[in-house]
Amino acid sequence: MNIIEVKDLVKKFDGFTAVDDISFTVPEGQIFAFLGPNGAGKTTTIKMLTTLLHPSSGTITLNGADPMKDQEAVRRSFGIVFQDQSLDDELTAWENLEFHGVLYHVSKELRRKRIGDMLHFVELWDRKDDLVKHFSGGMKRRLEIARGLLHHPKVLFLDEPTLGLDPQTRNHIWSYIKNLNGTEKITVFFTTHYMEEAGRVADQVAIIDHGKIMIQGAPDELKTKTGTKSLEDAFLSLTGRDLREENASSKDQMRKSQRVWGRR
Amino acid sequence: MSTIYILWLRQLKRYVRSKPRMVGALGQPLLFLVALGFGFGPIYAKAGGGNYIDFLAPGIIAMGVLFTAVFTGIEIIWDRQFGFLKETLVAPVSRMQIMIGRTLGGATVATIQGLIVFLMTLAIGFRPASVLMLPVALVFIFVTAVFFAGLGTCFGSYLEDMQAFPLIMNFLMMPLFFLSGSLFPLAGLPAGIQAVAAVDPLTFGVDGLRGALTGMSHFSMGIDFVILSLMALTVLSIGRALFARIQI
Ligand SMILES: Nc1ncnc2c1ncn2[C@@H]1O[C@H](COP(=O)(O)OP(=O)(O)O)[C@@H](O)[C@H]1O
Ligand SMILES: [Mg+2]
Repeated sequence: MNIIEVKDLVKKFDGFTAVDDISFTVPEGQIFAFLGPNGAGKTTTIKMLTTLLHPSSGTITLNGADPMKDQEAVRRSFGIVFQDQSLDDELTAWENLEFHGVLYHVSKELRRKRIGDMLHFVELWDRKDDLVKHFSGGMKRRLEIARGLLHHPKVLFLDEPTLGLDPQTRNHIWSYIKNLNGTEKITVFFTTHYMEEAGRVADQVAIIDHGKIMIQGAPDELKTKTGTKSLEDAFLSLTGRDLREENASSKDQMRKSQRVWGRR
Repeated sequence: MSTIYILWLRQLKRYVRSKPRMVGALGQPLLFLVALGFGFGPIYAKAGGGNYIDFLAPGIIAMGVLFTAVFTGIEIIWDRQFGFLKETLVAPVSRMQIMIGRTLGGATVATIQGLIVFLMTLAIGFRPASVLMLPVALVFIFVTAVFFAGLGTCFGSYLEDMQAFPLIMNFLMMPLFFLSGSLFPLAGLPAGIQAVAAVDPLTFGVDGLRGALTGMSHFSMGIDFVILSLMALTVLSIGRALFARIQI
């Protein structure tokens, strides 16, 4: 059974086409990767899948429901880790999860147990009563993963889950996600612009550039199809350019504070 | 209900944990209370107005409520920029519940702030006319807080960054405060100022509060309550519409 079905999906922003007629399906229980450079349209696609943006045209089915027509049903069925941090820094790890559990109507007893389980799973149990503002980037990301899983979603969306993290923390995060797929029987949809991550972790990869899916299939299949040895070469041969390894977390941070106070 | 509660609780926790903000927000009322209260007191008394602190105290309490309440609403901009808003907007709950919970949380915080300012006024010598009327005073503080938290929600939903914040403070909130009859009696003022005061929600908040605390009011407490409540409901429904339109 396909838990995600996307057909002829298009998103235009004032004439600019960010997502250009893409179609793909994700079978239940798979790890599916969207691989592409910055600006390819990955986040825009996730926003449409998760009810946050209206598609300009095309259809989406997630767990049997349309994200625009049946928002509540769709929202209940996925968890998400956004590209940018989305925790409340002034609350503790436990309180952030508690807040999430209440919003997702998880009953009180179940909430207690599940919050405990998830904090153990991402190895933050001993920090549960610390304010999130004292956490490192990797700890925050782990907490967000725990939060995304709290309400037993069918699909977990991860938008560049390892962006801005050091290689060791990145491995750490992927080991959780691989584990997950075994213990929680969950479908994982993630985006990345690190091709080795896509190749190593995903069952299926779709390479996206300028809003279009260039090719999709199992990592080995893609290498065979393009006659290349790595996904990096596959991307190069498809688009004629390199995947940019841009991870400017400090630059992102600066841009963010500029946005808050307005550009001067 | 649980959605409204958890959002309300979050506002309270954030308030209790940010001591510098809490204390900072008390500085301005304290300054006004001391400088104006002692500075103008003798002149006010000489002009036959009576005890100026009695007149001023409700106005300063309202001031504490006004600025705290608007600020809690404007915090939506922070939540948006620092990402937390997404977490609430993607949850399987209605935006109206989120907006109500948030706004009531902000109003509660502003009410607490108002009560702290009230204690400050007691410390510098203000005495309410009747203890029995204190619950009525609390009602006026709370409805004023709801109005301004709702107004803050409107700004926070509509604006995308803090650029307009000084503009709002200097050209809207300050005039609303100064022209509300918080600092000086409305009776006998030029018609232009009276007209502005008559559409200023704080006019009715302060007047009702002053009625409850000192027994003196320009309109009557009943009229104050009805007008202020209607204004609060109006601003809440505008806030609801603006909050529903937020794109992230
Ligand atoms: N709200 C928006 N308005 C206008 N353009 C947008 C908006 N959101 C994204 N875009 C543009 O759409 C393109 C794809 O963006 P995005 O989906 O964020 O890329 P990715 O996540 O792959 O880096 C970019 O060129 C971006 O500037
Ligand atoms: Mg992105």
